[in-house]
Amino acid sequence: MFDDLTELYHQLLLDHNKSPRNFRVLPDANRIAQGTNPICGDNYTIYAKMDGDVVQELTFQGSGCAISKASASLLTESLKGKTRAEVKAMFDKVRDLITTGHSDGDLGKVAALSGVHKFPARVKCALLPWHAVAAAVEGRGETVSTESEKE
Amino acid sequence: MTDRAPAENHAGGQRLTAMHPHQAVNWPALRQDFPILDQQVHGRPLIYFDNAATSQKPRAVLDALVHYYERDNANVHRGIHELSNRATAAFEAARVRAAKFLNARSADEIIFTRGTTEGINLVAAAWGTKFIKRGNKILLTEMEHHSNIVPWQLLAERTGAQLAYLPINGDRGLLEPGRLDEFLTSDVKLLAMTHISNSLGTINPVAEYCERARRRGIVTLIDAAQSAGHGPLDVQQIGCDFLALSAHKMCGPTGFGVLYGRGERLAETPPYQGGGEMILSVDFQQSTWKPAPHRFEAGTPDISGAIALHAAMDYLDGIGRGNIAHHDQELGAYAFEKLSALPGIRLFGPTMGRAGLVSFLLDGVHAHDVVTVADRSGVALRGGHHCNQPLMKRLGVESTARASFYFYNTTAEIDRFVEVIREIQMFFGK
Repeated sequence: MFDDLTELYHQLLLDHNKSPRNFRVLPDANRIAQGTNPICGDNYTIYAKMDGDVVQELTFQGSGCAISKASASLLTESLKGKTRAEVKAMFDKVRDLITTGHSDGDLGKVAALSGVHKFPARVKCALLPWHAVAAAVEGRGETVSTESEKE
Repeated sequence: MTDRAPAENHAGGQRLTAMHPHQAVNWPALRQDFPILDQQVHGRPLIYFDNAATSQKPRAVLDALVHYYERDNANVHRGIHELSNRATAAFEAARVRAAKFLNARSADEIIFTRGTTEGINLVAAAWGTKFIKRGNKILLTEMEHHSNIVPWQLLAERTGAQLAYLPINGDRGLLEPGRLDEFLTSDVKLLAMTHISNSLGTINPVAEYCERARRRGIVTLIDAAQSAGHGPLDVQQIGCDFLALSAHKMCGPTGFGVLYGRGERLAETPPYQGGGEMILSVDFQQSTWKPAPHRFEAGTPDISGAIALHAAMDYLDGIGRGNIAHHDQELGAYAFEKLSALPGIRLFGPTMGRAGLVSFLLDGVHAHDVVTVADRSGVALRGGHHCNQPLMKRLGVESTARASFYFYNTTAEIDRFVEVIREIQMFFGK
């Protein structure tokens, strides 16, 4: 009965929502950033351990809707071992994917987020952890929000 | 974390009316008055359960708007020509109608505003700035909407006053009248509270609270956004000094509302905004003001809003507000009972005597996911903090999902909604 919803709630996203990966505090993190959408109540902390230019470890904690949580979980899996420049390149591709449904290149499991663009009210949920990780990796210790993002 | 309703009788809030309606209403026929309800959303019949956010508008209200703009549109109070006379007469007739609707002593106690929010801001800015001093307290409750918190915070910042909050008793969301006296201290100058909670469905015993406050010389304001149009509303019986409502939650248009102010309060209150309509005479250095209510209505008002609200009030009284209250509360009780029977659900608000709305959380499913999936089934819900962030903090949650009803909703729609909730629980694997 929810056929059209499986585009948004891809099976992989439901799985990551139920069993989020790397869902823990990283005690030896040297980069931490907060992503919060106060209107929704989505609130995540991204912990990164950078070794020079490379993301050695990536974990997250927090709470929010299924889309934001699954997006954060996929993010921690897909960015581990990437350089700062690769993270930035990935961020741009994922943002295209979430907002338009299309993106250049192979995004692996993250491609499960391609249905989000059909649900404009939920784009900000999927984007939130990606903005937070960008802030973390670039060493901006700020709190980011995607609630003012154009839907 | 199933939070089943406890069975105590004292858990109930206040009824807005007697249990038995005095006349039979053909509720299904009333649905025909609302053209918007007859449509499919995402291929399924629309079930509109977001009435606490805004109600739908009956044909009679839409017709009144069209008639005004097709036949009578002109500016009010200053024209001498025929159309201006008609517009002025209709605008002031709406004021008389609103006074009758609220049982105010006089139409001069009725100020037209943009809605509840502006009504409360008007009191805070105009009356509050003059009468609230450093060290004074403004008493609110933990279940207030942001619109009955933030204006007082701004006032407190300007004046050095403090805010205090009457607590609720956890998820059941009831105030404890037995504790009122400990909060009504001599430094309290104003009690501002909601009649019906938009998140909990609690119906507060406002007449009792106003009476006890008034005995101590405390001025009272009632936020009637959720109660106006959902039952009888009598400012003399409530005994409040101010009462604010929004037209759009009671079958009227958005951007319009009423602030009732007791005559003696309005007489002591300085202007809110300056401009045309509110002055007697203007000189280069100073001006003199009209008396209430026009003193508080600067600029060309929303004339069509007043006329449409008049039509909405006529429409609601045609059904009978006692009947509406009874029907709404039956829907609320029915939904609460049906949802209580589900596993993995946490329900908020009183178990008995609740208004026609239900807030809930499903274990492991965020409110926004509930709302997104329900929408695809044609059910319009609200998810989020409902402009009640302090209350959400008090309940220890970030958001809730809410179904809110009006007289055109049916138990069949609630049955379908409960089915959808079951499907959502299965979809998210709980």
